[in-house]
Amino acid sequence: MPGDRQAAREAVMRAIAGNRGRIASTWVDTQLARATPAIGGEELGEEVQAIISCLLEGLGRDLPDDRVATGHAPLREAVADLSRRWARLGASPTAIATAVFSLKPAILGCMAPQAEEALLVGRLIDAAALVSFQTYVDSREEIIQRQNRQLLEISTPVVHLWHRVLAVPLIGTLDSARAQIVMESLLQAIQDHQAAVAIIDITGVPTVDTVVAQHLMQTVTATRLMGADCVLSGISPRIAQMVAQLGIDLSEITTRSSLADALTEAMRLVQEEGRTERTPAG
Amino acid sequence: MTHSDLSSTSLQTVPIHTEEDLLTARHAVRAAALAEGLGLVAQTKLVTAASELVRNCYVHGGGGVLRIERVLPPPRRGLRIVVADQGPGIEDPDAALADGYSTGPGLGHGLGGARRLVDEFELRSEPGRGTTVVITRWTA
Ligand SMILES: Nc1ncnc2c1ncn2[C@@H]1O[C@H](COP(=O)(O)OP(=O)(O)O)[C@@H](O)[C@H]1O
Ligand SMILES: [Mg+2]
Repeated sequence: MPGDRQAAREAVMRAIAGNRGRIASTWVDTQLARATPAIGGEELGEEVQAIISCLLEGLGRDLPDDRVATGHAPLREAVADLSRRWARLGASPTAIATAVFSLKPAILGCMAPQAEEALLVGRLIDAAALVSFQTYVDSREEIIQRQNRQLLEISTPVVHLWHRVLAVPLIGTLDSARAQIVMESLLQAIQDHQAAVAIIDITGVPTVDTVVAQHLMQTVTATRLMGADCVLSGISPRIAQMVAQLGIDLSEITTRSSLADALTEAMRLVQEEGRTERTPAG
Repeated sequence: MTHSDLSSTSLQTVPIHTEEDLLTARHAVRAAALAEGLGLVAQTKLVTAASELVRNCYVHGGGGVLRIERVLPPPRRGLRIVVADQGPGIEDPDAALADGYSTGPGLGHGLGGARRLVDEFELRSEPGRGTTVVITRWTA
């Protein structure tokens, strides 16, 4: 680090270390005046104390000014903690970033900063505000993904259609995550209902490419391993042609173009199984 | 004559970086095919072929981009899909095109299948530099 930058670092560290209480209370007052989320002064005080301590530690490490917030893990976590807590309380990402930014005047207010020192504090806190923003985005992303998974589960119901006949009407895309859930819920339902036949209806699946075909074949295989038959329905001539052109052989799988045809076939299979069970072999 | 000799206009570009992007890409291709007046069977073929290519781009190529272009006359009108990535490339394109060849857990029917579903198919790949697949469906 060049000498003047090093000197600025040390001056800022001295100013923060010597004015912890004042910086914290200025910051808390600013937040209380904005009345952003419903957090009490005491809790705000703890949050900012934690950040200030980590800031000091981070400044003592050999990291460029704009990397202290991301590179010093405890500081990154302290800022992320604050962001997550505020986000849960309903604060907007702007409000959270603004709160982090307000550390800047709180720190500069207790020193007579040289130009280089003011720039340093700016770089430091700007990066911290970015961390808070990123945390907000990440936690939203996590919530969205969780909701997606929940939506997947309710959008792939297994329907008990008839005595010992189950159906899974698939709608939309059959990506790997969805295929996994379909497989699991179907196998569970086969066991629960002692089903003899499972119908997988793909009328609502717009694109049957090789990955979809592979998922379907895996589901059929798993169903058979459970001792049940499987009928694929919704294989229109157009889809059948597509699958054939992809070079995929569905001849081992019973397919029907409509759900009604598939149900007829399923009932025949159930009856047949009933007969072979009653008639002793030989 | 190679594809790049024909004049064409770019209609839309879809980045391919997530599983959701695959869906967006399929929708975009379907919409373009519909707008160009392709019938249901032709639409389905083009979308299925594009679906294979964008999945390869995402899974094998580490992501990239899909571009939809309208090929202008002369001599023919058509819809062209370009799927490009800067991934590892394909060592042996002939092998990759063969049915059943896969370096992953896939069925290995994607590239060969896509080729059968369209009118023109061009695979350009340089190991270490990426892969570009261009498919064309003539509309007139
Ligand atoms: N964009 C790409 N980048 C790198 N390798 C690719 C790409 N597309 C296809 N490949 C290679 O070609 C093989 C065959 O592709 P494909 O026929 O779609 O089968 P699959 O995707 O099921 O493996 C792949 O396993 C992979 O090794
Ligand atoms: Mg593939």
